[in-house]
Amino acid sequence: MSEATLPLWRKRLFGTPATAIGTLVIAFCIAWIAVPFLRWALIDANWVGTSRNDCTAGGACWVFIRARFGQFMYGLYPVDQRWRVDLTGILFLLSVLAIVFAPKRLQLRLGLSALVILPPLGIWLLAGGFGLRPVETREWGGLMLTLFISVYSSLIAIPLGILFALGRQSELKVVRLVSILFIEFWRGVPIIAVIFLASLLLPLILPSGVGIDRLARAVIGLGLVIAAYMAEAVRGGLQALPSGQREAATALGLTYWKATGLIILPQALRISLPAMTNEFIALVKNTTLVLVVSILDLLGIAQASLADPAWVGMNMEAYFFSGGIYWLICYGLSRWSRALERRGRQRQR
Amino acid sequence: MKTTILAAAALAAGASFANAQQLAPSPTLDAIKARGNIECGVHLGLPGFSFANDKGEWTGLDVDYCKALAAAVLGDATKVKFTPTSVQQRWPILQSGQVDLLARNSTITFSRNATLGLNFQGINFYEGQTFIVRKKANVKTAADLDGASVCVAAGSTEEKNAADWFRERNLKVTITNFQKNDDAITAYDTGRCDAYTAGVGALAGQRVKLKVPDDHVILTQPISNDPQGPVTRWGDERWQLIVRWVLNGTIAAEALGVTSANVDEMKANSKNTEVRRLLGVEGGFGAMMGLPDDWMYKVIKQVGNYGESFERTVGMGSTLKLERGQNQLWTKGGLLFTPPFQ
Amino acid sequence: MPLTKALALINDKRVRDWIYQLALIVGLVALTVYFVRNASQNMVKAGIASGFDFLWRTSGIDVPFVLTSYTQADNILGLFWAGVANTMLVTVIAIALATLLGFVLGIARLSSHWLLSTLAGAYIEFVRNIPLLFFVLFWYFGVIAALPAPRDSLSVFGIAFLNNRGLTIPLPDAPANFRWAIAAILLAWLAQWLVAFWARRRKDRTGRDAPVVAIGLVLVILVPILAIAWASLATRWDIPILRGFNYRGGFVVIPEFVALLAALVTYTAGFIAEIVRGGIQAVPHGQTEAASALGLRRGPILRFVTIPQALRVMMPPMTNQYLNVLKNSSFGAAIAYPDVVSLFMGSALNNTGQAIEIIAMTLAVYLVIGLAVSALMNWYNARIALVTR
Repeated sequence: MSEATLPLWRKRLFGTPATAIGTLVIAFCIAWIAVPFLRWALIDANWVGTSRNDCTAGGACWVFIRARFGQFMYGLYPVDQRWRVDLTGILFLLSVLAIVFAPKRLQLRLGLSALVILPPLGIWLLAGGFGLRPVETREWGGLMLTLFISVYSSLIAIPLGILFALGRQSELKVVRLVSILFIEFWRGVPIIAVIFLASLLLPLILPSGVGIDRLARAVIGLGLVIAAYMAEAVRGGLQALPSGQREAATALGLTYWKATGLIILPQALRISLPAMTNEFIALVKNTTLVLVVSILDLLGIAQASLADPAWVGMNMEAYFFSGGIYWLICYGLSRWSRALERRGRQRQR
Repeated sequence: MKTTILAAAALAAGASFANAQQLAPSPTLDAIKARGNIECGVHLGLPGFSFANDKGEWTGLDVDYCKALAAAVLGDATKVKFTPTSVQQRWPILQSGQVDLLARNSTITFSRNATLGLNFQGINFYEGQTFIVRKKANVKTAADLDGASVCVAAGSTEEKNAADWFRERNLKVTITNFQKNDDAITAYDTGRCDAYTAGVGALAGQRVKLKVPDDHVILTQPISNDPQGPVTRWGDERWQLIVRWVLNGTIAAEALGVTSANVDEMKANSKNTEVRRLLGVEGGFGAMMGLPDDWMYKVIKQVGNYGESFERTVGMGSTLKLERGQNQLWTKGGLLFTPPFQ
Repeated sequence: MPLTKALALINDKRVRDWIYQLALIVGLVALTVYFVRNASQNMVKAGIASGFDFLWRTSGIDVPFVLTSYTQADNILGLFWAGVANTMLVTVIAIALATLLGFVLGIARLSSHWLLSTLAGAYIEFVRNIPLLFFVLFWYFGVIAALPAPRDSLSVFGIAFLNNRGLTIPLPDAPANFRWAIAAILLAWLAQWLVAFWARRRKDRTGRDAPVVAIGLVLVILVPILAIAWASLATRWDIPILRGFNYRGGFVVIPEFVALLAALVTYTAGFIAEIVRGGIQAVPHGQTEAASALGLRRGPILRFVTIPQALRVMMPPMTNQYLNVLKNSSFGAAIAYPDVVSLFMGSALNNTGQAIEIIAMTLAVYLVIGLAVSALMNWYNARIALVTR
């Protein structure tokens, strides 16, 4: 520790007597919680072995996670086909990186073409058919399913959300009313009920014989709810734009859709991107609710593996591990959203 | 030339008419044949009845029944797909046609039959509701549970049964209803409840999910009768017929001594007319339902008779170690019965 | 000639707008008719009954935690109201406690004590990025389950007992005295409101302060204490005693309630803390400086300058959080808390199979309560909004 940092460190923690007392009290509280936890998670933990009997040290039994790691990631996806899941993930990641780091003028074109190509490609890779071995959605599970539901729900939610946000700002009364009703309805009901509703009602309101995959039903249900939240996020961006923008565009002779597509939306979306990211985080967290319709996402797989008689009593390990993954994803996204926000604010200045 | 064509057409029309007279249309069966597999709704995970191991392979008494159905209808016991359903989802999933049937240890009750648009196609397990309690609680019968709190799965027959049973006897019991059986058993294991209630068979299956199974005891005296069996939607009588008689067939096979080991020999040599009809040597019973005549032969060859399935999944050959009890054949003092194959 | 006229009509923006809107209405109506027709056909085919007659059937379901007069012999409608009452109960209490904890955390986040603000920040970052379901499961299967069994209950002065079956508290045998006490408390609060109103009027007129706080202490705190004390002493109490498996008598606050409440509070507080921080930081620094230049001390500055302005920024996002608490109370279904989702969309749906009616009623509950909360918050928001005279 250098001499320059030492006084600051000391001043922060022990500057005045009151500060010092506060520091000691807090430090004691932290130690009171952290010490037993660290003992359980690290010091007394069991790392190697193959079954529950190898966990003798008293702490966490990470052997369980190691034994079940494949399932936590892929669910019951056939082992020899899992490269397809990896490939899909890598493709999505690469295209996101490509879009983010591409030169500005290419970004929009790249983004749109990725939006057209990637989703069907992803479904083909995961579900199979046309030369690939078909893998039914009931075999999907774990982290892969959590990410799939999040991404595909937002593919429904974002376009719909933009549409309804525009509708809410529309001059046409009927359009505005319909948009407001849609947004407020979905924002007003609990997601657990919506997922249930989608799984029960969708097959009922379609002509008999038209079956929808139950994963698709959950994705549609979540997509509709999140669309309403996305619409509110986009509305924030639309309202932040000075009205002169649309007036100027109209004065230049642009039609409504041209003005919207070329002038309004690119600016509004840039402003609302952080808010939309926050809605996406909420979506990732809410995917856990699909377990009410027995779809085994990451948390669902964790719970299902607890029912295995060979691994009874691994609750803490399963929840800690899966919770940690959710935290990493959401925390990463929220840092990104905050960086975006900061960059946006700097640009405004 | 013309006349021959006309005659052929008339013949074909006549034949199809005759055929239509014999066989009522069955959209479910047509859909199954087109799809190439049966969609069977099962329990989320109940060892002994329907349980998927970590490779996704299903085993259990209800699962065996679905496999038997696949063998009868499609000739291959592996051509069945399982949809795990929670207590809440099971009826809507069946009603909306997402599964062809439920084999989900569901109890037959009047109101389910009358108001939910469901038909129960026989009994494949005579269940009786009872309780699992801690050994050290020193409970001998359900009546000793006065003042206890009991965990149960919401929406099950057990939820109402238990409430009624204790109320009739003026016993004060707190019943906590969980949405999933697994949550209820976990809550019992962590000490939230003094007892967990379900059927004897279900309890034997759930018991292995407890941390220390030997610390718990299942009360022997049941408080109710809960016959369980496969369930179908209303409508499509021919499909209901198939579901009912495949179950009857596996019971009849046990009664007639036909097993997966001796089925070939029985088919070739048996003089018993009922065995011959069952295995499709005579009578043409399969065709009457629109199935191949050797439908039950395939079932017994590939899955076995009821007794074999019972021993393998819940009986002495399994971890549950249940006695046959009421699930013994009527000829041997049990309740298991089948109308004759005549 | 008619062609150009028609073209002119089509090119007229108002006409075109009408056509668009008409098309939208026709499309939506057609879609609805299509769905309803499919649904009714499918239901007739499946033999599913429809209509709301099932609400008057006997429910037969035992509910461990009821605020209404519901018993197992009541009808399903009674079960529905019992669920709604439980949903409201947990929502209201969770909102109050989450606001409190959120304010504490938000202010701690802005504290000048480095360790305290870092700790608050870490807590907020932790909580906001984990699904609520984990909190519910953690509190229920992790914390509450670790409480002792009834025989080793933690006793509170020998009258209330905490164990893994919940908190058993004494219940008054005759509630009449308490009704009088509650009436007295409400009267006292009304009086305080009138006093404050009168004091403000007088101050506007004469510029003199009235001893509102002193009167308030008596009316808002002392009167309730006296009223409750009187009612408690004048009533015979049903004190729980250990018999058999658990304590008999009294009222049991079930662990499911406590776990759900704890989960909602600890989770929502993380979000409210961020709102509080944002609200306080949104108040320009000049305001505080100006106030201290006027000679105000820290407390009054916070009370009269910072918080009123911060509240204005905080109100809209707070409303959202309160609505979230309402919706998130449905997570209780995961741990057997008997809320409307668990009782009605769970147990009742299973016994009757009438999915559409039951789901519609459940959604309506949330929409109606949500609208009421929004209206209340909008009213409050309008009240505290900047008044430009």
